[in-house]
Amino acid sequence: MTAYIIRRFLYALPVLIGVNLFTFWLFFVVNSPEDMARMHLGDKRVTEQAIQQWKHERGYDQPLFFNGSAEGLNKITETIFFTKSLKLFVFEFGQSDSGRHIGYDIRQRMWPSLALAVPIVLVGLAVNITVALMLAFFRGTYVDFWGVILCVAMMSISGLFYIIGGQVLIGKLLNLVPISGYGTGIEAWKFLLLPVLIGVVSAIGSGSRWYRTLFLEEINKDFVRTARAKGLSESLILFRHVLRNALIPILTGVVVVLPTLFMGSLLLESFFGIPGLGSYTIDAIDRQDFAIVRAMVFLGAVLYIIGLMLTDISYTLADPRVRLD
Amino acid sequence: MLLNIDHLQTHLGPSEAPVRVVDDVSLQLRSGETFVLLGESGCGKSMLSLSLMRLLPTGGRIVGGDIQLDGESLLDLPEVKMRAIRGGRIGMIFQEPMTSLNPVMRVGAQVAEAVRLHDPEQADRINERVIELLESVGIPDAARRMHDYPHQLSGGMKQRVMIAIAMAGRPALLIADEPTTALDVTIQAQVLDLLKQRQRDVGMAILLITHDLGVVAEMADRVGVMYAGQIVETSNLRDLYQHPRHPYSQQLFRATPSAAKRRQRLEAISGMVPPLNQRFKRCRFIERCEQAQTICQTGLPPWQGDNHSGYRCYVDAAQTANTSVTVGSQTTDSPDNQPPLLSIRDLRAYFPIRQGVLRRTTGYIKAVDGVNLDIPQARTLALVGESGCGKTTVGKSILQLPKPTGGEILYAGRDLTRLNGQALRQLRSDIQIIFQDPASSMNPRMRVEDIITEGLHAQKLGKSPETYRAQVADLLNHVGLPADTMQHYPHQFSGGQRQRISIARALAMQPKLLICDEPTSALDVSVQAQVLNLLKRLQNTLQLSYLFITHDIAVVAYLADRVAVMYLGRIVEQGDVTQILQHAQHPYTQALLEAVPTYDPTRGQKPITLQGDLPSPANPPQGCHFHARCPLAQTKCRTSYPPMKQTENGHGVACWLA
Repeated sequence: MTAYIIRRFLYALPVLIGVNLFTFWLFFVVNSPEDMARMHLGDKRVTEQAIQQWKHERGYDQPLFFNGSAEGLNKITETIFFTKSLKLFVFEFGQSDSGRHIGYDIRQRMWPSLALAVPIVLVGLAVNITVALMLAFFRGTYVDFWGVILCVAMMSISGLFYIIGGQVLIGKLLNLVPISGYGTGIEAWKFLLLPVLIGVVSAIGSGSRWYRTLFLEEINKDFVRTARAKGLSESLILFRHVLRNALIPILTGVVVVLPTLFMGSLLLESFFGIPGLGSYTIDAIDRQDFAIVRAMVFLGAVLYIIGLMLTDISYTLADPRVRLD
Repeated sequence: MLLNIDHLQTHLGPSEAPVRVVDDVSLQLRSGETFVLLGESGCGKSMLSLSLMRLLPTGGRIVGGDIQLDGESLLDLPEVKMRAIRGGRIGMIFQEPMTSLNPVMRVGAQVAEAVRLHDPEQADRINERVIELLESVGIPDAARRMHDYPHQLSGGMKQRVMIAIAMAGRPALLIADEPTTALDVTIQAQVLDLLKQRQRDVGMAILLITHDLGVVAEMADRVGVMYAGQIVETSNLRDLYQHPRHPYSQQLFRATPSAAKRRQRLEAISGMVPPLNQRFKRCRFIERCEQAQTICQTGLPPWQGDNHSGYRCYVDAAQTANTSVTVGSQTTDSPDNQPPLLSIRDLRAYFPIRQGVLRRTTGYIKAVDGVNLDIPQARTLALVGESGCGKTTVGKSILQLPKPTGGEILYAGRDLTRLNGQALRQLRSDIQIIFQDPASSMNPRMRVEDIITEGLHAQKLGKSPETYRAQVADLLNHVGLPADTMQHYPHQFSGGQRQRISIARALAMQPKLLICDEPTSALDVSVQAQVLNLLKRLQNTLQLSYLFITHDIAVVAYLADRVAVMYLGRIVEQGDVTQILQHAQHPYTQALLEAVPTYDPTRGQKPITLQGDLPSPANPPQGCHFHARCPLAQTKCRTSYPPMKQTENGHGVACWLA
């Protein structure tokens, strides 16, 4: 097991190096610092001097890989690749193009993101499993038939509809919670209530339908027939035999997204004005602040790889048949 | 009367067009009696057993008749009371022990679940009761093994756990649905013996479902032969074997391979079981019956006899006669002096076990470990052994799929293991393989024509599309399929027809050697006979050699000229088929033959000579691999591996005692 984790960790390194090189290529070679400066300063009447100054302030005036004019080791370290790309490996994100400290921003903004995303995942999991178990219990009946149709209908509706509809109905007409904004500390809950609700409801369709399929697959297995032949009641069979086996793919599906919850939800945070990492990313893209986008792309890759490793480990915990070596 | 099934009718599917899987079945079962339902796949025997438990699949329903247990109708019981019957008065075990236990629950917990439901008096000593039950089904070290998960147990052990679960409620009736079909013959003997022993101890009745005439002979007091949803004959064991009355029973016996039929063609039952979505207006066996008469067309045949013994046919049993056909140009059984077609010398196939961070090789699974074999020209060499003994790996190694670890495979003066690229590719067409499961060994999205010609394209043997097509038609004709089926897809054929397509695909390459890896194990007896006949005919006409990999001794007796017995990666005995089957020297061969269920009315209880499971090939026992299971093992056997001793006429035995 330990050997497996160490090996997986070693496998992860080339992936991260690849991501690093690829983002560097996209952000500095395809789209040169010159282009960035022109974009920020505007195309018209921009002087060469202004561009040089913009680049100098942000450290974009260095060579890409090799600094011939520097001394000793500085030939390597005083380059864009070293300062902007390699330092990502130690989570030194540096300054954004607008001059803010990215690391500080991320530490501040990840808490609102988590406060929104964690309840959505946990409540969503409970709701989806409950709905799916009910559909599986009534399989082959009208409850199941219309339930699945409702699920498909809910899947087919755009996420934006749930957001705007929820804001209008609950925020504006019923006036139960504020439409958008965020509070400090415990006060935040009334701002979070509506987005969490919308996040859960908008995922019921696809989630329940998928879990229902998992349950039905297990219900048709031989060991469930054995359980019936023992004389167990249908609800005991569902909870003790079907649920436990179907939970293996469900849990591992959840574990893989856990680390990426830090990244926040792009849509919900923007619409509800929640100062999390999702809205941070969206705003950065909007302002063409590539330093932030770069940092978030790399962070996303790291978290996703951690998620995949956690998934494999959670398999060994949930399923006695799986042994990692 | 413990169980009384009275004119039971079970339907599946929509009520407008039902599939009549059980169509007017009556049978009676007394306490302590074993009644065997014999039938081929799709005859409704499993549906009958599920009807008894009221556990039919979705859409299945009982539409007529009655089922009474101790005089009480099971069909009228509310679901809550029925649950007390399931696992209580009636226990049930299934065909696939591998998948019939919950993989994420410890086996002890799965037994405990049944104890808690049906034996409430044991509630405060559940653990002790579970250990008792596991010990009673012969699980060694039960107190420790109860904490194992199912995947940690072998197939035979899992079936024992299933029996323990079924016994937890102290049932009056045990339904066993093909309980040993998925198990090796040695393990089958252990499980059947266990069932009989538990029956003697607690006096329960057994309703055993099987397709295997050997299992019938081993277990039955009385037998019901099922065909297309109906019982066509009921009889006690001796009468069925000595005077089968229904034409289907007779034809079934004649289709079963055996040593006595070596010189004959097996009488395959032509045609297929009729679809059950119809209401029969005449005898349902008529299309396949050799004795059909005009009267059979007129209506449903009457039941001749009583509840205890009888058959459903117009024809009087006394009229029927046994006929047998002798194959014309039959090969002789005497050994000849031709050089072998292919020789295997010291063949080894090792698979590395890798461990640690750097995946270093820490050991090897020696699937094949020093095998010597000669495959004779135009003859059949049968390779037999339990599953996991490495016999399939031998077959694949000959094809260099993958290349063996060591040894030589001499064919046409060349060592196949040293060939590469073009030279190997050319020789590959001389050696073809057919697999156990024809359904999964053919690409479902390719037409028969493309399946058969794919190898020709690869070898660039063919010319124009027209000659290809003529060739395919010829091949299909050879294996007994109409030429116009070449445009069909594999799913449009039955199992036996698909296996014939596999054979045609192999023949397209004009091979000299055909490796047949359990080619009839997935087929019913009547269909197996068709395939065996075909193989025998092709050998005679095309002078093919066969390496026949199988665990079925009856097929070996019928088809093979030479036999090699394999145990844990090594050949323990080889010789001519009569030498091996009648004068086996090695204790393992003797035990293997002993384990084959056969009908012998003169013989009493036979002892189980082979205990336990096949050891792991990653860690074979010191000395003779077989000594741990050998009843005759001596000190020498525990320390060093015996050499292969050659006796007269090429009979070889690797045993210190031979």
